[in-house]
Amino acid sequence: MDRFTIEDLTAARTKAAAVLENPDIFHLMVCSGTGCHATGSLPVVEALRQEVAQRDLGDKVRVVETGCNGFCAAGPIMVVHPGDIFYQKLKVEDVPVIIEEHILKGKPVEKYFYKDPVSKKKIPSQDDIPFFAHQMPRALRNKGLIDPESIDDYIGRDGYRATAKALQEMSADEIIEEVKTSGLRGRGGAGFPAGMKWQFAKASPGETKFVLCNADEGDPGAFMDRSILEADPHAVLEGMIIAAKAINARQGYVYARTEYPLAIRRLGIAIEQAHERGLIGDDIMGTGFNFHVEIYQGAGAFVCGEETALMRSIEGRRGMPRPRPPFPAHKGLWEKPTILNNVETLANVPQIILNGGDWYASVGTETSKGTKVFALSGDVNNIGLLEVPMGTSLRKMIYDIGGGIPKKRKFKAVQLGGPSGGCVPEEYLDTPVDYEEIAKVGAIMGSGGAIVMDENTCMVDMARFFMDFIQDESCGKCTPCREGTRRQLELLKKICDGKGEPQDLNELESLSDVIKETALCGLGQTGPNPVLSTLRYFRHEYEAHIHEQRCPAKRCVALLKFEVNEELCTRCGMCARACPVDAVEWEKKQLARIDKEKCIECLTCYDKCKFNAID
Amino acid sequence: MSLAMRPEHADITPDMWPQIDEVIAVNRSIKGSVIAVLRQCQDVVGYLPVELMEYIASGMNLARSDVFGVASFYALFSFEPKGRHTLKVCTGTACYVKGIKEIITRICNEYDMEEGGTSPDMRFTLEPVRCLGACGLAPVMVIGADTHGDVSSDKVVDILQAYE
Repeated sequence: MDRFTIEDLTAARTKAAAVLENPDIFHLMVCSGTGCHATGSLPVVEALRQEVAQRDLGDKVRVVETGCNGFCAAGPIMVVHPGDIFYQKLKVEDVPVIIEEHILKGKPVEKYFYKDPVSKKKIPSQDDIPFFAHQMPRALRNKGLIDPESIDDYIGRDGYRATAKALQEMSADEIIEEVKTSGLRGRGGAGFPAGMKWQFAKASPGETKFVLCNADEGDPGAFMDRSILEADPHAVLEGMIIAAKAINARQGYVYARTEYPLAIRRLGIAIEQAHERGLIGDDIMGTGFNFHVEIYQGAGAFVCGEETALMRSIEGRRGMPRPRPPFPAHKGLWEKPTILNNVETLANVPQIILNGGDWYASVGTETSKGTKVFALSGDVNNIGLLEVPMGTSLRKMIYDIGGGIPKKRKFKAVQLGGPSGGCVPEEYLDTPVDYEEIAKVGAIMGSGGAIVMDENTCMVDMARFFMDFIQDESCGKCTPCREGTRRQLELLKKICDGKGEPQDLNELESLSDVIKETALCGLGQTGPNPVLSTLRYFRHEYEAHIHEQRCPAKRCVALLKFEVNEELCTRCGMCARACPVDAVEWEKKQLARIDKEKCIECLTCYDKCKFNAID
Repeated sequence: MSLAMRPEHADITPDMWPQIDEVIAVNRSIKGSVIAVLRQCQDVVGYLPVELMEYIASGMNLARSDVFGVASFYALFSFEPKGRHTLKVCTGTACYVKGIKEIITRICNEYDMEEGGTSPDMRFTLEPVRCLGACGLAPVMVIGADTHGDVSSDKVVDILQAYE
C-alpha cells in the first residue's frame, strides 16, 4: 500500500464516499458490537452473505458489519439503507424473507420492525424510533454507518481530514486554542478542560513527551469507551495524533482494559491500516510529523484508571497512584511530560478541528459544552448507548430515550458515575446533564454509566455493593482508603444482616468525611460517595434495616422470612412454577407454602410474585 | 534458547517451555514489559506457578519480588490451576441489579464450589469479574469465547450442561 499524501487522502475520500453513499445499491448494516455478537449477529451476517451470493446479488447489496449501534436491547440489529429501515432481534431464519421481500421486491418486512411499547405501532425508520430521535451523535457520529475494520469507510466519512488540517495548516497553539474554544472537558469523569491540559503539557520543557489514551473503562455499568473503540477506532487515533501535534509528542499509548477483546482487536487493525497508509508513524502524509501508537493491555485493576497509577502500570509496575504534584503534564510516564485523555474526549477532537470550537460549543450549557455519551442500563426498557446534548434532563434520558421502567414497576433512583458517583432520586430527575448541576444533587457526571434502579432495589445493599467494589479495588497504599473502606464495608454488611445499631449511621458519615479528605487518589476520595448519597436520599431504608430489621425492597436475605403472606397471596402459583428447587408447595386455588428445608434463598419467588405476597 | 535452568513442574509440559522462552526473549529488552510477559506465559500454562515466576524473573533479569509484586497486584493473574472451563460471571452494577448474586449462589450450590474457586471435578472455575461492559445483556456470563446474556438462576444450569 502506498503512503498517502494529503492529495491522495482527498482522492481516497471521494472514492470511498461514492461507495458509502451509492444510492443504487442496498447497504445492509449489521451491528457487530459486543452486545449483538452475544445475541447472535455473526451467524446472521454469515447467512446474509450466503443468501446474497446464492442469489447473485453481489453487485446490488453491500453487507457491512458495523460497530455498536447503541440499541443493545433490540439486538441483533440490522439497518438497511436507503430508507433507514431498522430491523431488530433478527435470527438466521429471518434472512431469506428479508432478502426476498425487501431487497428483491422492495417491500420492507414489517414483522421485524421495532414496535413502540407505548403506542404499539411499528416504526420502520431508525430515526423515528424514540430511542434515536432524541439523540445527537457526535463522538458516535460513525456508529452503524461504517465498517470499523475498514479505513476506507472511515476516510469516506471525512476521516483523517482533521489530521491533515491540524498537521498542515495549524500551529500547536492554534489547535490548543480551538480545543479551548470548544469548551471540551474530560469525559472520563473529572471534567478537566482538555485544552488547558494540553497547554500545560506543551509548556512543559522536554524533548520526549507522551500522549496517552485512557481506555481502562472500569466503572461497572459503563460501556461508552468500549462502544466507541468498537465502532469508530480511527476517530480516537486521530484525536491522539492531533493532541500529539499540540504538545509535540512522538509516541502514544492506548491503555485498554483486558476485558475488552473486541475493542482491542479493532483498535489494533485500525493502527495497522493507518500505518500502511502513512497516516500514523513517520512523516505522516508527508508533513514531516512523526507519531507512533501502541496498545497497552491492562491486567484487571480498577485503580489503573487513575492517571498516575495507569502510567506506573505502563512502566510495568504495580499500578499504584502517587501524590500530585508533580502533575503528569510535567512529570508523567517515565517522568516525561504526558497527557492522558479519555477515549470519548479524544473521539470528539477531530470534529472540533474540522468544524471549529464554536460549532462544538453551540450546544450544551454554560459550563458543559457539546454532547455526552451515556451507557443506560439496569431496570430500564431500552438498554443501550446514547449521546445527548449537555443540558438534556435525566428524565428525558430515562423515559423518552430509555422507554421507562419495565414490568410496570416504579422508578427508585438512577446511579451516575459508578463507584465514585451517587444516585439521583425521582424528585431530582429534571436535573440537566451538566457537570456542576449533577454535582449539586450529590452525584457526579462520571464517565457516563447510568444505571436505573426500580423499587425492588435495596439502597443499603447498593451502597454495600459499591463499597465492596471499592474496598476490593483499593490498592492499599494509603491508610484512609485501605482501612476506612474496609470499616465502612463491615458496617454496611452488618446493617444488611440486620445487626445494625443506631450509631452506625453516624460512624458511616464520619468515616466518609475522613476518607474523602485524606485519601491519596480519586478512588479513595470519591469512594464514600455512594454511601453518602444513599444516606442523603434513602436514610429511611437504612433506618428500617436497623430499627425494624426489615428490608423494604426485600433484597437482604438475612432480613427475609421466606414465608407466604396469607392475606396478599392470590393463590396463582407463580412462585411454585418459578422455584428452581421445588421448595414451594402449591395446588390449584390453594395457598402456597415454602419448605425452608429445601429453599436455597435464591429470591426467584420474590421476583416472580406480582402481589408482594412473600415476606 | 534456554535462559536459565528450567524447573520441573507437573503443569508445565515440555512443549510449553519453548513458547515461554520465546516470550521472554522477545520482551527482555523492552522496558516495562513484565505484565505482557506474565500474561502471555499464563496463556501458555493456564496459570502462574511460583516456579514459573522465578524462571521469568531470571530470564527478564528482574528481582523475584518485582515479578511476584506485579503478578499479585493484578486480578488477571492466577496462582492456582483452573478448571476446564472458566465461568466469568459479571459482577458489574447492571448485572448486580438484575440478579447475578442469585446466579452465583445457584452455581455454587449446583457444582459444590465457592466464588473464585474450582469444582472438585476440575470442570468449572467460577470467576466473578468486573463489569464486562455488556450491560445490555445483563446478567452476563462468559465461558471461553461464548457470551451468555440474560442468564437466570434456572437457565444457568441448562447453559452449563453444554460444557463438559
